Amino acid sequence: MKWLANFFTSSIGRKFIMSLTGIFLILFLIVHLIGNLQLLSSDGGRAFNEYTEFMSTNALIQTIAKGNYVFILAHAIIGIMLYFKNKAAKGSKYAVAAKNDTSWASKNMAILGGIIFAFILMHMGHFWLKFKTNSGVSYVDYGDGQIIDAYASVVTVMSNPIWMACYIIGLIVLAFHLWHGFASAFQTLGLRHKKYTPIIEGVGKIYAIVVPLGFAILPLYIFFTQS
Amino acid sequence: MKINLKVWRQKNNNTKGHFENHTVEATEHMSFLEMMDVLNEQLIQEKKDPVAFEHDCREGICGACSMVINGRPHGPQQGTTTCQLHMRKFNDGDTIAVEPYRAKAFPVVKDLVVDRSAFDRIIQAGGYVSVNTGGAPDGNAIPIEKDTALEAFDAAACIGCGACAAACPNGSAMLFTSAKVAHLGKLPQGEVEETSRARKMVAQMDKEGFGFCSNIRACEVECPKEISVNNIAYLNRAFLTASIGKE
Ligand code: HEM
Ligand code: SF4
Ligand code: FES
Repeated sequence: MKWLANFFTSSIGRKFIMSLTGIFLILFLIVHLIGNLQLLSSDGGRAFNEYTEFMSTNALIQTIAKGNYVFILAHAIIGIMLYFKNKAAKGSKYAVAAKNDTSWASKNMAILGGIIFAFILMHMGHFWLKFKTNSGVSYVDYGDGQIIDAYASVVTVMSNPIWMACYIIGLIVLAFHLWHGFASAFQTLGLRHKKYTPIIEGVGKIYAIVVPLGFAILPLYIFFTQS
Repeated sequence: MKINLKVWRQKNNNTKGHFENHTVEATEHMSFLEMMDVLNEQLIQEKKDPVAFEHDCREGICGACSMVINGRPHGPQQGTTTCQLHMRKFNDGDTIAVEPYRAKAFPVVKDLVVDRSAFDRIIQAGGYVSVNTGGAPDGNAIPIEKDTALEAFDAAACIGCGACAAACPNGSAMLFTSAKVAHLGKLPQGEVEETSRARKMVAQMDKEGFGFCSNIRACEVECPKEISVNNIAYLNRAFLTASIGKE
């Protein structure tokens, strides 16, 4: 098993984990967004509540969710390790900053990631923690017994302009992280190809705008229609 | 033309460096190194210590002329070494900051001279092809597809100057290492040892203290030989295959 240890302690091996966990998170966000779009349906939150109930009781979904926590933590911890290692490898900076054709996001991935991590903690505190501890939540009954009124919790949080703004900021930061991260993850895996790389880069930029924008519509919609 | 130079002076790696201001009367036909020569003659006349900088071929093939001009290794012109950069790229009265390469694995020897032997050790680790001596084989005995030959040749253009690691905000040597791995591995003679080459060269690169590749691509932008980050993807692939794919 020494080969495995060698691989995971090598520079490329660590980036390999960053890339795979990043791609997993990219896929997760698509599912998360599709589910959350039910917040837009005008049924007083029924579809969203039933969906939330399903997601939090289904064994398969809960297993994937556990994996998701592990991947986020692995991505964040290794990302921070890379940051310090890279800082040390650079030593000191140049007196004159180079004006060259490189993207700002690519040079600030760890800072962007750090903000996203804070965002995730805030987000889990708003919903996951409250649902798990049954604190400050209300219940509804659609005929199949009482379930958590997740929709009401969302409305409570998003009616607060400060929380609403925090969500929007978090999503803008996410957009920057993905603007570089999406295509970068493929390059890290060595998946570079004359025919496909331009497509990956294009899809990456579309994803980096459309997915955070899709999420951002939700707090804005609730803030302006429900409060 | 009058050039205001801010030149980095540093005795050795154990002392702190600082900028020193000088004014040099240059002509636009001079190369950047010739302008530095004028500065040094001036300093010698004033009985001062001339600025230490490296140079050898002065025609863009040896990779010795390492320096960072206004924050960019080898200066502002795309695809050129410092020795090929001409003063006509600057304006009369410009202030130009000249610093040594900055990367932990390239310690400063003196002024603008850094120790780039880390690159030599990466090459020693696996940047070679083992051949049996004997009669010289015929040049075209092994057919190689044209595009593959061109890609190998493009990678082989790397002069080992170190600008990639110097330009990289992470001090990563991935462009250099990948150019060597791709140059040898794309050709049949070098392909034989690719697995161990990728593993050993990456291990040495990590050991030297170079940073990780974040795919920022500053290396590609600043490389005087315009080596492509396609090679980095090639190395990632070769290393992944070598580490987790092959026995
Ligand atoms: C939890 C907080 C996060 C932190 C601390 C973080 C940190 C980082 C860092 C430092 C990198 C750059 C690594 C490098 O190239 O040197 C990175 C890359 C990346 N991140 Fe994140 N990130 C976070 C969250 C996310 C999320 C939520 C996603 C996706 C939805 C994501 C997707 C990616 C992708 C795709 C890459 C590119 C991987 C590569 O270059 O191979 N990250 N992250
Ligand atoms: S890849 Fe380019 S910048 Fe790096 S050492 Fe080779 S020639 Fe110099
Ligand atoms: S002196 Fe040889 S490349 Fe510049």
